[in-house]
Amino acid sequence: MSSLNLLYSEIEEELRASVRDLLADHSPTSGILARIEGPDVYGPSLWRQLAAELGAAGLQVPEQHGGAGASLRETAVVMEELGRTVAPVPFLGSAVLATTVLLRTGDDALRSLADGSHRGTLAVPLSSAPGRPFTPSVTVHPDGTLSGRVTSVADALGADLVVVPGDGGSLHLVEGGFTATPRTSLDLTRPLADLTFERTPARLLTADPAVLEQALLTGAGLLASEQLGIAEWCLTATVEYLRERRQFNRPLGSFQALKHRLADLWLDLVGARAAARAAADALATGAGAGAGEDGDAAVAVAVAASHCGTVAVRAAEECIQLHGGIGMTWEHPAHLYLKRAKADQLALGTPAHHRAVLAALVNLPA
Amino acid sequence: MTTAPEEELRSRTRALLSEFDPADTAPLDFLRARFDAGLAWVHFPVGLGGLGAPRALQAVVDTELAAAGAPDNDPRRIGIGLGMAAPTILRYGTEEQQARLLRPLWTGEEVWCQLFSEPGAGSDLAALATRAVLGPDGVWTVDGQKVWTSSAHTARWAILIARTDPALPKHKGITYFVCDMTDPGVEVRPLRQITGEAEFNEVFLTGVRIPDTDRLGAVGEGWQVAQTTLNNERVSIGGQRTPREGGLVGIVADTWRSRPDLRTPELHQRLLKHWVDAEVLRLTGERLRQQLTVGQPGPEGAGTKLGFARLAQELTGFEVELLAEEGLGYDDWTMVRPELVDFNGREAGYRYLRAKGNSIEGGTSEILRNIIAERVLGLPPEPRTDKDVPWKDLAR
Repeated sequence: MSSLNLLYSEIEEELRASVRDLLADHSPTSGILARIEGPDVYGPSLWRQLAAELGAAGLQVPEQHGGAGASLRETAVVMEELGRTVAPVPFLGSAVLATTVLLRTGDDALRSLADGSHRGTLAVPLSSAPGRPFTPSVTVHPDGTLSGRVTSVADALGADLVVVPGDGGSLHLVEGGFTATPRTSLDLTRPLADLTFERTPARLLTADPAVLEQALLTGAGLLASEQLGIAEWCLTATVEYLRERRQFNRPLGSFQALKHRLADLWLDLVGARAAARAAADALATGAGAGAGEDGDAAVAVAVAASHCGTVAVRAAEECIQLHGGIGMTWEHPAHLYLKRAKADQLALGTPAHHRAVLAALVNLPA
Repeated sequence: MTTAPEEELRSRTRALLSEFDPADTAPLDFLRARFDAGLAWVHFPVGLGGLGAPRALQAVVDTELAAAGAPDNDPRRIGIGLGMAAPTILRYGTEEQQARLLRPLWTGEEVWCQLFSEPGAGSDLAALATRAVLGPDGVWTVDGQKVWTSSAHTARWAILIARTDPALPKHKGITYFVCDMTDPGVEVRPLRQITGEAEFNEVFLTGVRIPDTDRLGAVGEGWQVAQTTLNNERVSIGGQRTPREGGLVGIVADTWRSRPDLRTPELHQRLLKHWVDAEVLRLTGERLRQQLTVGQPGPEGAGTKLGFARLAQELTGFEVELLAEEGLGYDDWTMVRPELVDFNGREAGYRYLRAKGNSIEGGTSEILRNIIAERVLGLPPEPRTDKDVPWKDLAR
């Protein structure tokens, strides 16, 4: 039986430590709280540091295309750390979704995404999902230009390389000539925008709809790692708080009623780590159906997305409740995690959608 | 990747097979020879059935032997000996005890049972009241009652904890023994449970004589010794490797596939949730095994039993409901004494009832949550009134 590698390698742990150090220095919670209501959520330097100096944007890109020649396993570790800090960076849109497309279609623009000099995204509503027929909202004119509007696109603000799905699941690359209108988003740290194209010049990347499906599948699978990171922060912060906070002349964390809730949450999180690692490894090894039960990436992603999406929301909700009044304030960061977790639950397929996909994959028909 | 130690084990295994051809060697003779060749449990020391090799390499031996059709020691039948008594004897036993007990334990010639729980000491095991008094002849006399003892009616030996000093606080006055189940003071009575069968026993100990040479660990150190046993119990209950759909979920999934007449949209949603939970738990166990293989045991072990109990109860409850009219029946209430718990060999109602025990046996789910909260998450313990009081002064 082929078996997935569910552990973290030493190199992955080193990468995690570097990303964590960088985020601690350049994206403290106080900074995020200050920026989320300003004109530029992303801030001036974090993306440059993460993408260019640390090389995180090009992890899954081969070295001959300007990347680090690593894989989606390492990319998933970065997603975990970004979830743990709810850092506002366009990593999902640029380093995961757009990069996954360009890796498969081949395009010189890949290099500028990998080195962080450009930011990309995939022009789909964030609620789009793998395993569901995609209905394009953009028309491709005979001259190759694009017209139309795509709502609720993640990481679109400031993006200058946009992959746009057209008729029949074809994919087109746009480098400017469109407008991005910010939306007021539930998730303050991953702001959404509507993209409008009007005879926007574009070049055809592929007519194969499987590429879009693969990008959405990859996004959903790696989002599970982000959800794991969110849940980890929420559990850790709650445990720390309950160890310190005293009521009734004892630490709140000594009350069995609270301990049992946290133990259950920990168990959910342990499962989330195994599931997220399984999805990342299955995607990284490029295994498809027929690769043996453990290697089937579509199943691994559906399991991870279904479980981790639920766990992150539960962890964030428990975090708010167990913090009591302070958890309800704007100044405490817990709300940033709740908003990210809830938005992530809807992003790239809800848990219920992923279970419906699973029903077909594992032959459990309705 | 093939490594030198793997090759070494493979050639030792082949040497065993060529000297003792399974086709014309009595199973017990083969098992004894395997033990003596150090291929019983390779992580045990040389001379005690092992080679001092990494535990993960056992799979190399097992694969070779299975391919050659060699007999095994029916590990499920002797799980208490293998999973609990053996690690404790290895850690705390004298050389004489190890040499005398481990070989017949491993070959299955001698079955073991565990005399820990009492009617008045369940989750609060350290409150146990069975007394052991040392006589001037160097022999202990044991009186008390134990409960929930599987295999007591077939066992040759028991691991036993008893109170040797009631004047000390409860954790400190306990001593750990090996108890001869053929002693005339041992009386075993079947304990019928909610499934109708009697998988367990009550064990009454009246003037049971245990020589001091059958003590494991120091007098008064029994609680620490028992921790080795209990930690291994939790590993052995929650740690089996399963393929996808390998457990209870496979039974339910097969019913779902073969019985379209039973399906409803609401049941479909629930089935998929259970299926995901089962797969996540399987991956959790797989991750734990991979950590153990590279020598990084994680705290996941504490959680797998908790997760298994929750899943088993949800799945079996779901299965009875799925079966509709058939779920109203029950296969057999006859009082039988099974040697093994076999979820697969019985019907849905049995599985539903037996799974209720999964969150009670081997540490209740409530105790496991306390352990996770305190040892893994580092949360403070509840204030306690019983820890420093002499056992004899505790309310009972």
